[in-house]
Amino acid sequence: METLIEFFSFEYPNIKYVVFGTILLSISSAVVGCFTFIKKKSLVGDVVSHAVLPGICISFLASGSKDPFLLIIGAFVSGWISIVVMDAITRNTKIKEDAATGLALSVFFGIGILLMTYIQHSGNASQSGLDTFLFGKAAALIGVDLLAFSIIAVIVLVVVFLFYKEFKLISFDPQFAKVIGLPIRRLEIILTSVTVLAVVTGIQAVGVVLMAAMLITPAAAARFWTNRLSKMLIIASVFGAFSGISGAFISYSTPSMPTGPWMVMVLSIIALFSFFFAPGKGIVINQWRRFKIQRQLLEENLLKTFFKIGESNNDYFREIETNDIGLARTFSTGQLTKGLRKLNANGYVEKVGNAWRLSKEGHDKGKRITRLHRLWELYLTKYLRIAPDHVHEDADTIEHVITPELESRLEQLLNYPTADPHDSTIPSRN
Amino acid sequence: MIGDAISHSVLPGIVIAFLLVGSLESAWMIIGAGLLGVLTTFLIEFFHQKGKLQTDASIGVTFTWLFALGVILVTYYAGNAHIDQDCILHGEIAYVPIDLMYDDAGNAIGPKAVIVLSVVLVVILLFIGIFYKELFITTFDPDFANAIGISSSKWHYLLMGLVSLTTVASFESVGAILVVALLIAPASAAYLITQDLKWMLLLSSFFGIVSSILGYWLSYLLDGSIAGAMVTISGVIFGICYLVTVLKK
Amino acid sequence: MIHHVENPALEIHDLTVSYDKKPVLWGVDLTIPNGALCGIIGPNGAGKSTLIKSIMDLIPLNSGYVKIFDKELDEIRKKISYVPQRESVDWDFPASVLDVVMMGRYSQLGLFKRLRKADRDAALSALEMVGMEKYAKRQIAQLSGGQQQRVFLARALTQNPEIYFLDEPFAGVDAATEKAIIQILKNLSEEGKTIIAVHHDLQSVETYFNWVIMLNLRLVASGPTSEVFTPQFLEETYGGKLTLLSEVGELVKERGFHAREKQ
Repeated sequence: METLIEFFSFEYPNIKYVVFGTILLSISSAVVGCFTFIKKKSLVGDVVSHAVLPGICISFLASGSKDPFLLIIGAFVSGWISIVVMDAITRNTKIKEDAATGLALSVFFGIGILLMTYIQHSGNASQSGLDTFLFGKAAALIGVDLLAFSIIAVIVLVVVFLFYKEFKLISFDPQFAKVIGLPIRRLEIILTSVTVLAVVTGIQAVGVVLMAAMLITPAAAARFWTNRLSKMLIIASVFGAFSGISGAFISYSTPSMPTGPWMVMVLSIIALFSFFFAPGKGIVINQWRRFKIQRQLLEENLLKTFFKIGESNNDYFREIETNDIGLARTFSTGQLTKGLRKLNANGYVEKVGNAWRLSKEGHDKGKRITRLHRLWELYLTKYLRIAPDHVHEDADTIEHVITPELESRLEQLLNYPTADPHDSTIPSRN
Repeated sequence: MIGDAISHSVLPGIVIAFLLVGSLESAWMIIGAGLLGVLTTFLIEFFHQKGKLQTDASIGVTFTWLFALGVILVTYYAGNAHIDQDCILHGEIAYVPIDLMYDDAGNAIGPKAVIVLSVVLVVILLFIGIFYKELFITTFDPDFANAIGISSSKWHYLLMGLVSLTTVASFESVGAILVVALLIAPASAAYLITQDLKWMLLLSSFFGIVSSILGYWLSYLLDGSIAGAMVTISGVIFGICYLVTVLKK
Repeated sequence: MIHHVENPALEIHDLTVSYDKKPVLWGVDLTIPNGALCGIIGPNGAGKSTLIKSIMDLIPLNSGYVKIFDKELDEIRKKISYVPQRESVDWDFPASVLDVVMMGRYSQLGLFKRLRKADRDAALSALEMVGMEKYAKRQIAQLSGGQQQRVFLARALTQNPEIYFLDEPFAGVDAATEKAIIQILKNLSEEGKTIIAVHHDLQSVETYFNWVIMLNLRLVASGPTSEVFTPQFLEETYGGKLTLLSEVGELVKERGFHAREKQ
């Protein structure tokens, strides 16, 4: 706790700068990442982050200095070239996109490694530190470097803000954008440029390999919480910023811990949590929904069975023993006990000694399900020409789905029928 | 791109295998890496199928997450592990002759990497030789293959298994990213200039050999990484094949 | 109208199929006589290809079963051939015409066995049947659409099956190829083979097929061409969707129901 307070009091200016820098970098990558995500080109970030290496080496070789602005220019140029190469390969040959992606990524990186080892072995004293580009070192974000990267991160954010509408359109529906006369090509170039810039700056914090995560992971996580791009950008930025702070804090409190990988770790945990638990789309939530549907099916099937037993005896409110329900329709013992307990709790049936009796609500609900079942059977035989002895199973599912609105239309379409294909009476509407 | 993802995400497997066994014995590393390779493929499919996450993002999230975990483990145990991320990223083939393998009597049989890779090569050649027609039909027309009773998904997973095996066996020498280049570049170059699968297999092997030899000389000249130089040459070969096909049009 | 026959070549019982949880074929129930030359027709998105694919077990069924010559698919695979849509494969694949046609022999070969001269001869004679013997060595990337379709048909012929399933064999082919293919199919049918093809062109239905399956999310009609290829059934097949049915389908998907309740 003390460390936490110490950390957030920003007593040491260095911490302040590092935190500030990582947050800016994370946000700009997250924002740009949302666009590559909706264009289904998430791995472009991965390619660019690997491809900047030869550019960095060449600009170092040419200038002999580690001036961050010069290195960034080199990185920017070779990142751009990798995208052009990738496009040229997919456009001019039969090679597919994923092979072209892997090819550009790995070959550029190979050239970069060759150049980098050449520089290291050539005994140039000032080369040390070039490899922070490879593995990233957020703690090195101080002085001129911090200034350079912050400026670029701000530029990225401003450009995205200004061109938000246009970027949204060319990412989502380029055909339409073209039809309404947007200068697609120029916009694409601007979007690609900010992507490359975001990658170039982000590498400094997390390194070549993990850079892809800074782009993809916040966007993928945010996608699970919203369907709207504007909200997605904000959520992704928040996730990015949070991971930046956490990464910086973890490496502050345990100095042996690397900032970049922890940032990615935090992001990934957020993403995994979103994949499983986000409302609406999460995997667990979907399972839960399925479970609830199963329970709904069980309850409605039980009520239907009660209703049908009542129908055959002409007495809907008689007491029925658990056994007789099992005889009328197959339920497992577990289903029977669980389902009946639930129905009892909801007031659809009441327990009378060892037997059960429908309540008014239970009767109405059972009646409606039976009615929908028979209406759908009739629809299938009339409109789908399915033989009467084949319609039962299908109706067993659909009876649980039909809404009151569809029910009225079905009734009207069938001309308010009174009997189903098996000559059972279709109960009237309540 | 799955090959790329696997080559990165096996890192925690290697580290965990090392921490459990306490040595850099190849067999354990390959088992650890292999398990992580399978886990990666599974997770990518899982997020895609169950979570409805688009494939590219599913790949990206999965492999970066596992790689970050690997790097954290490596740094945490940096004191006692002789693996560093440098080596995993770009390997060092120059050390291969130093790491010898000994028989029971303690005599050197030869460099370990050479022996491991030879075994892998034989396995792959045998596999392709024996099951050429199954691989052929399931890659060309999976629906037809399924219809006549040859399961395309089974062969897909076997093929992916071979990719993982090659990756894991090679990256000690050339590193995780560059192994991807050696998987893709010679094959793509061959694919551009021939239209016959058997020729493509032969040509890509040939390009691989040329890249190794010329790459070695290039690295000698520049005093740089051998693996990097090999990849550079394979990129140049691809570039030539690309120009030839584009100019012919 | 659904015409059922005794001892059918193909029997489909109460088949329901969904894509991404949404039912696209409802309760299809039909039989096809041995030796029929049968066309499946219906508007776009009616489930024609889906029907063929579900017969070949390429997509899972929600309910129902399929029997071919009264046997399960797995017992009889060697007697069945399937010609997928031409666009379903990558024609840039590095392979020759002969390579592709010989794939038809793989099912008989089994694991570990290599192709022999007999397989090659079978492939060559199949190529001759489709008029492509001169192209055996040609790379598949260099073929026209019609030639690609002939190669696919030749591949099926080398299997020497009893029943053929063809997915849009006439889509995007030239007139000469279409004529050649239908002639081959008619000859096969005369030899007693059963042929089932997805078809688009209503003009040629009567001259090509002696049995017709009419689909639009559900089976509208199945029977001899002369009996079911009538204005009344055509109107029912092509004259608009059953909106209620599609809406219920959407609801099933939205609420995450399985199209069939697990009993």
